[in-house]
Amino acid sequence: MSDFKMPALGADMEAGTLVEWLVRPGDRVKSGDVVAVVETQKGAIEVEIFQQGVVSNILVPVGERVPVGTVLAQIDGARGAAPPPSIEPAIAALKPAPLRPIVAAPSSRLKITPAARRRATALSLDPTMIVKGTGVEGSIRLADVETYASGAKLAQRPAKKGLDLSQMRQAIAAAMSHSKREIPHYYLTEMVDLHAASTWIEQYNAEKSPVERILPAVLFLKAAALALREQPQLNGAYENGAFTPASDVHVGWAIALRGGGLIAPAIRDTDRKSLAELMAAMRDLVERARRGNLRSSELTSPTITVTSVGDRGAESVTGIIYPPQVAIVGFGRAVARPWVVDGRIESCPLVTVSLAADHRVTDGHVGGLYLAAVARLLQEPEKL
Amino acid sequence: MNAPQATAASTRLTYREACKQALREALLSDPRVFLMGEDIGRYGGCYAVTKGLLEEFGEERIRDTPLSESAFVGAGVGAAMAGMRPIVEIMTVNFSLLALDQILNNAVTIPHMSGGQFAIPLVIRMATGGGRRVAAQHSRSLEGWYAHIPGLRVLTPATVEDARFMLKGALADPNPVIIFEHVMLYNMEGDFPSDMKEVDIARAKVRRAGRDVSLITYGGSLFKALQAADALAAEGIDAEVVDLRVLRPLDTKTILNSVARTRRCVIIDEGWRSGSISAEVGMRLAEEAFFELDAPLRRVCSREAPIPYAAHLEDACLPQAATIVIVARELVRPS
Repeated sequence: MSDFKMPALGADMEAGTLVEWLVRPGDRVKSGDVVAVVETQKGAIEVEIFQQGVVSNILVPVGERVPVGTVLAQIDGARGAAPPPSIEPAIAALKPAPLRPIVAAPSSRLKITPAARRRATALSLDPTMIVKGTGVEGSIRLADVETYASGAKLAQRPAKKGLDLSQMRQAIAAAMSHSKREIPHYYLTEMVDLHAASTWIEQYNAEKSPVERILPAVLFLKAAALALREQPQLNGAYENGAFTPASDVHVGWAIALRGGGLIAPAIRDTDRKSLAELMAAMRDLVERARRGNLRSSELTSPTITVTSVGDRGAESVTGIIYPPQVAIVGFGRAVARPWVVDGRIESCPLVTVSLAADHRVTDGHVGGLYLAAVARLLQEPEKL
Repeated sequence: MNAPQATAASTRLTYREACKQALREALLSDPRVFLMGEDIGRYGGCYAVTKGLLEEFGEERIRDTPLSESAFVGAGVGAAMAGMRPIVEIMTVNFSLLALDQILNNAVTIPHMSGGQFAIPLVIRMATGGGRRVAAQHSRSLEGWYAHIPGLRVLTPATVEDARFMLKGALADPNPVIIFEHVMLYNMEGDFPSDMKEVDIARAKVRRAGRDVSLITYGGSLFKALQAADALAAEGIDAEVVDLRVLRPLDTKTILNSVARTRRCVIIDEGWRSGSISAEVGMRLAEEAFFELDAPLRRVCSREAPIPYAAHLEDACLPQAATIVIVARELVRPS
């Protein structure tokens, strides 16, 4: 018997609401199966399991909000594959002085008195919408439910599968404030000649059908990933005062969402995928991110983040590291500029590549070598 | 005492006098009734409850005993088995532990182990509680321990009318009954209707109705709870005060009904908190009124220490009206 727990789907996640079970007791599961859907500040996430066995008990009913680490279900005869790298320590770091009551797990559950909960059920209103309880220890009590029920409009509950952008804004705010506060960033930029890359892409795409064509961003992604092999100090996690390099390269690809918000799910083994595979992975991720259908492993496994602002973005971007990662690579908009080639001035497509890295782990020297490697790799696009 | 103004149709008594009248009535109405205990005859009882009874009823029926609780409670058990109606006084609950074997292993056990062939219509009266500055060995509140014992009825008269009439009901019960009289109540005065003849010894009683919070208590703490309710009323908090009166068998229904109305509850118990009667009341509420609750259950109990001799320390140890007010207020209006 082993436990399947509420995963931490981000450094900023404390709790999630279980919105759907995709398995039932008695179902056989294997590592990688999507077993549940969890609503977080980042929207509804399909949660995978990393054990193999038979679901014996489902412990958390649909609709319940539980803290990270709560046992959601029990798996019989489980043989575990290693769970994906967890970022729970980063959560601890996010809250410098957490008030930990003696009763551990249920403490961050919704504090609502039994009478109030029953009343809320009778009125079919969602007590989690009541932000402020006036009861003992800030609990929601009967009067709060009544006030809420009578008080003006019953705010429509957000669609179960979807994104609450204001919540996501809060999540981004928390993670980025934490990053800026805790991580000593250093920043480097490098202007890279895209002449070879754009020529190569034009030729490549000319022979391809529209769906097979690739974007320059794919070259950037692959180059950024491959360069990490040379500077593995930028790929991994800084947790509990120590850096742990990642054995694989899973690049978190920053995706802007319509209406605001940002999410950076992982493209696993970025350095080992072909350009075509990367293009497909990017398309798939963007589509699912905007639908709010990402998987738990995609949110928990990035080892570094790459952000590419694309054709409509600014000339350069210097990112803020997403903890517990230690670096973020930014690609600005490709622009035509005068450039000195063999002592002559030519018009040349250029991109500003930036690196923001954690100074506790590396120094500018490593960062500089990394950017140089990215630039070098982009000169031979056919080898990517 | 918060009794209504005395009218022509009411009787005014001290609690001590009410206890004595109850004993007189029992002695007069049933020749099988007799009293036993330390210093109850010539001395008139250590709280003067039996003063004058020896002159009135004689040595046959008002019996001074040696200082041996086990012996005279055992004699009471034997007399009850033999068809008498003994009323045994134990000076204070502190000394009753010497007779615990007789109470637990004989009085409540013989009816069961004899297959119902023997009833033990024994009534034991004892003083209980702190507040008289008589230090640890004379200030225990152990009635909760007796309420643990199946087969016993445990009564805690807090008002003059209960002191006056509970004994009658106790004597009518064929099984052993213990009556706990709180030492701080003997001098209190109160009224009850002149035509009153008996009180219920099965049910708790709402002594003051209220909407916002139930103060559940018994015995000597009842008046502290009523005082607290007055103070709370001045703040606009309407407290209901429930007098348990019977610690065993506990009247769960009255408690549940009260808390279902108020949805908040403070239990006031002069016993120590751990394993106390207040723990039992709280647990029953958790079991049976969970979905009615709109605040956590709270208790005001004695400090878990021997009751000190020094006045200010003793006061600090025992439940007080001011503490009840603070705890109740926090439930109704959390800061």
